[in-house]
Amino acid sequence: MSAVLDWSRYSSPVTQDPLWVRRLLSGMVVLFLMLFLVLPLIFIGVQAFGKGIHVYWSALSNPDSLAAIRLTLLTALLVVPVNLVFGVCAAWAIARKEFRGKNLLITLIDLPFAVSPVISGLIFVLLFGAQGWLATWLNDWQIKIIFAVPGIVLATLFVTLPFVAKELIPIMQARGRQEEEAARVLGASGWQTFWHVTLPGIRWGLLYGVILCNARAMGEFGAVSVVSGHIRGLTNTMPLHVETLYNEYQGAAAFAVASLLVALALVTLVCKVWMERQQGEVKVEKQGKE
Amino acid sequence: MRIEVQGAIKQFGQYRALDQLDLHIPAGEMVAILGPSGCGKTTLLRIIAGLESLDHGMLCFDGVEATHTPVQERRVGFVFQHYALFGHMTIFENVAFGLRLKPRKQRPAESVIRKRVLDLLAMVQLEPVASRYPAQLSGGQRQRIAFARALAAEPRLLLLDEPFGALDARVRHDLRQWLRQMHALVPVTTLFVTHDQTEAVEVAERVVVMKQGRIEQIGTMDELHANPASPFVADFMGGANLFHGRMENGTTRIGEILLESAPFQASVADAASCSPVICIRSHDWQLGRQPNGQRTWHTVVRHLRPSGAVVRLGLESLQGAGSIDVELTREQYDKHRFQPGETVFALPTQVRIFTDAPKGSVVPN
Amino acid sequence: MKRTVHPDGVSLTLGITLFYLGLVVLLPLSLTILKSLQPGPELFWQIFTSPRVLAAFQVSFFSALTAAMINGVLGFLTAWVLVRYPLPGKKILDALVDLPFALPTAVAGITLAALYSPTGWIGSLLARIGIPVAYTPSGIVLALTFIGLPFVVRTVQPVLQAVDGGLEEAAASLGAGRWQTFWRVTLPTLIPAVLTGFTMAFARGLGEYGSVIFIAGNRPFVSEIVPLLIITHLEQYDVIGATALAMIMLAVSFLLLLLINLMQAWMSRRYPV
Repeated sequence: MSAVLDWSRYSSPVTQDPLWVRRLLSGMVVLFLMLFLVLPLIFIGVQAFGKGIHVYWSALSNPDSLAAIRLTLLTALLVVPVNLVFGVCAAWAIARKEFRGKNLLITLIDLPFAVSPVISGLIFVLLFGAQGWLATWLNDWQIKIIFAVPGIVLATLFVTLPFVAKELIPIMQARGRQEEEAARVLGASGWQTFWHVTLPGIRWGLLYGVILCNARAMGEFGAVSVVSGHIRGLTNTMPLHVETLYNEYQGAAAFAVASLLVALALVTLVCKVWMERQQGEVKVEKQGKE
Repeated sequence: MRIEVQGAIKQFGQYRALDQLDLHIPAGEMVAILGPSGCGKTTLLRIIAGLESLDHGMLCFDGVEATHTPVQERRVGFVFQHYALFGHMTIFENVAFGLRLKPRKQRPAESVIRKRVLDLLAMVQLEPVASRYPAQLSGGQRQRIAFARALAAEPRLLLLDEPFGALDARVRHDLRQWLRQMHALVPVTTLFVTHDQTEAVEVAERVVVMKQGRIEQIGTMDELHANPASPFVADFMGGANLFHGRMENGTTRIGEILLESAPFQASVADAASCSPVICIRSHDWQLGRQPNGQRTWHTVVRHLRPSGAVVRLGLESLQGAGSIDVELTREQYDKHRFQPGETVFALPTQVRIFTDAPKGSVVPN
Repeated sequence: MKRTVHPDGVSLTLGITLFYLGLVVLLPLSLTILKSLQPGPELFWQIFTSPRVLAAFQVSFFSALTAAMINGVLGFLTAWVLVRYPLPGKKILDALVDLPFALPTAVAGITLAALYSPTGWIGSLLARIGIPVAYTPSGIVLALTFIGLPFVVRTVQPVLQAVDGGLEEAAASLGAGRWQTFWRVTLPTLIPAVLTGFTMAFARGLGEYGSVIFIAGNRPFVSEIVPLLIITHLEQYDVIGATALAMIMLAVSFLLLLLINLMQAWMSRRYPV
């Protein structure tokens, strides 16, 4: 947000609010954000480490916790690359070609954001569950999807599908295709153009999309909770494990596992700030070109 | 390289960008494609480059058909309107891009590439910025880098799309001079698109005027000025007054003014009546305070604008022909010193009458 | 107008996009819709009008609406202060606004529940003055406010930033006071953004699950939300009941998505950035 315009520098005496208004509103907002956003972070830290680093460590190194961490990493490792490829393909097609129904396609890509996480899980239960469309077939072949890892991966695929595409589409549309055309005239093949010109141009957006996708893949709760079955050590991801621990009144352990997810969230936020700074520079460059 | 375009048609939805266009460009020339926006000139350039394909028609390079040759194999240099430099590469890497991409067998050694790039940068006088990024250069510098990049792989043909469109007037002027010098140095066939006729004058040897996907006229700037093929060309080249007239029984009128001319009658004997367009250039007028024969126009001076060696007068016809722009040399003006509000008698020295037929008839007056 | 006709992979990428989207999104969703039509409208209506379901819809709707309204006001204020006033540590606060997006909902859920429970840091203070938050409907509103905050801030912020200072100066030069300028010039230009953010927060609040269930108490008829009821149905192997509820939620989500798209089109028509 810093790159666009610094209002405090622009406001003239005419457009500036009176001092008491500024102080009152600033005070209210700072207090609100402190109470609402900062305090919970501190609280999590205190809860996780309150009983000492030893308790924290043993909560994390517990076999069930380790299994949850492993499953979460595995899920992200499977889901993120698939949605990365999809996101690049979708953004490429949407930004590079005019076709009918393009807006419908963009809306469809957005759809998983609009659907309640619980329903995102439910649709896969209806497809693969005990009373689902494919139940008998799956039963014959002894394939287990619901209450097993494949279900978790599928639900996560669905929930995190839009992230990369959504980051890339506006960036690719704004960049236009002149640089790519320049590369092709200079003799680059389609693949060389993508690799040497397109990809470096969208790398920050791509990276940020991947980070968002990854954060959600590791942190998704509702959808995964419907398909997982909460089997400790087998189908519990980190967020589900946090829930299990919390419901068993193991607060310190729950917050210890949660603290890992908080760290992931904070890294995501830092990446966002960094990414916006990169884009701000690009914007300034573009303005310089005019 | 010689370029031939035959029967080119290109349609975008409802919009016909090229409409049965034929064009021949001899090798080594510097040619401007001039026309208003939307006339299809950029489309023509992109088709020659291979960035668009033709719906119908044929494209030949040096007599060899190239209609379906992929863009990568055409060996053309293209300079984009907004330069399209690769923002994440240094200037050096930008210029080297085309060379480094070549398949290993054809790719020159890195030392050769290096020398070639530095030579090109020296040629465009931007050697010192080799390690900078495009964002750190001015518009004019980027333009020259885009030019160097296009030349790096020794194109057979250089295409420039509104190359100076985004620059301010001063830089634009310098770059035009520079481009002419470059062309003298590297005599590759060069086509550039512009909507600015002064730009075409300053840079090109020949000009192709386009209108609605067709070629209106081809010629040197002098030819276009002296012999415009249509009111459109006359208007587009500037410095012309266009009037809508009536022709009946061999006499042509504008408002109450009679334009009588014998040779003209002969040429359109079969056209009993039509609505011709009459073109009189702004420096083809004699002004005086006394009427000079029957064909003198009665006008009143609305405004005058001295500008350097010439004085421009805005006259208004008292006979219903509308407003008239007249350009006098300072000398001619000083003889009379007309003032706004004054009645003036104007005599056109050369009149062109365009009927619906494509060629205008030149009428000595 | 400019179209590249050479094979640059558009058909391939478009094909991959449509195939994957069809497989992962369209197919499961349409089968769900198909499934929900199986029991017939009568049973459907019966499920929908059962008292527990109606109560759950009431709880979900009103808490999402209240939270969205709170966010409309607080989010607007936050955006205003972050854009216009100098503030120490502003960049950090600005970045933190996205925390509810980035934080897994389960973590947000247990944190809010523990903070606002009668023994928690804030809950104990509130309990002393007689305001219970956790395990009541106000706990749901609290969680949904947390989840929805970034929506309003992040839609209002760019518009506020793009509002030309000259606009307010013009109003002032025409004789408008500061307050009049705000009401008649600044606020009307921001209203579409606030409404869009409000609708997004509302839509998200309706479907939210993870952050709510820990703090809600989940008592039927009082603090049970629809997503939870769907899961309850599923756990009792009542797939038909779960599907029927999901169908209604889906319909509402699609309507809200359509509304948001329309509003965004309206915004971009009014303020082409």
